[in-house]
Amino acid sequence: MIPPRFKTGDRVRVMKSYPPGHLRTPYYIRGCEGEVERLCGAFPNPEELAQMRDGLPAQPLYRVRFRQSEVWPDYRGAAADVVEIEIYQHWLEPA
Amino acid sequence: MAKRDLGKYQPLSYFQLMEASLRELLVEKGIVTEAQIAAEVEDMRGRTPERGARVVARAWTDASYKERLLENGTKACEELGLDVPALKLVVVENTPQVHNAIVCTLCSCYPRMLLGIPPDWYKSRSYRSRMVREPRAVLAEFGLQVPEGVQIRVHDSTADMRYLVLPMRPEGTRGWGEERLAALVTRDSMIGVSLPKHPGTRP
Repeated sequence: MIPPRFKTGDRVRVMKSYPPGHLRTPYYIRGCEGEVERLCGAFPNPEELAQMRDGLPAQPLYRVRFRQSEVWPDYRGAAADVVEIEIYQHWLEPA
Repeated sequence: MAKRDLGKYQPLSYFQLMEASLRELLVEKGIVTEAQIAAEVEDMRGRTPERGARVVARAWTDASYKERLLENGTKACEELGLDVPALKLVVVENTPQVHNAIVCTLCSCYPRMLLGIPPDWYKSRSYRSRMVREPRAVLAEFGLQVPEGVQIRVHDSTADMRYLVLPMRPEGTRGWGEERLAALVTRDSMIGVSLPKHPGTRP
């Protein structure tokens, strides 16, 4: 398992990357900045699993909380509204 | 009774044909048996939202259970004899300040072990794309007006976790037992697109 780099409350940014293949980082959240809500544990990397490899070492997986008003510039709704998404560590960098 | 046209030939769709071909090959090669497939289908049909409702009703009546459920959903389900294999369950609690709702924008991840087979709308492109983009408008279409002062938390279950909403216990249910409470808990209230039934509602 790869050691976790982040802890609850850390500010992180999702990498703005567009590699080919099977990805579990939604397109709409790439480049966005959020806060780590919790570490979920470590799981085999789905991008590797999709290529019939073992996905090891396991990647730490986080739930990251994003402000809707920052994800969608024209968001209509309360300023406090958030979206929470699971993101693997190799997609995150410190913000 | 209306006469049904049972004799009419319906060609298989592309995916139906692919499913049948794959299934027949797996059986022919001895990888699985017809009986195993039938048992799995039956098992899947046996999972209904009543399972999730039991979990919610227990959390409403037992504060320490609720604490354990929010801490580790998978373990708390096992306490009730609900096996949730390969499912890391995260239970998110609705409060007067926060309303939670679940979606999977990438595919249609859903806590099947607790809610059974997902409704068609959950898998629709429209729900999956709009729920993260304009949750308040989508919830309003389900008949749920969330006040501006209440924070909406949308959970996009993109990876290994599965989510269940713990709705707020309806008012007017003081002293109710678990079974009676469970009857108020709907599938949609555990996805977060509606509220539990009102205690005055006839079953």
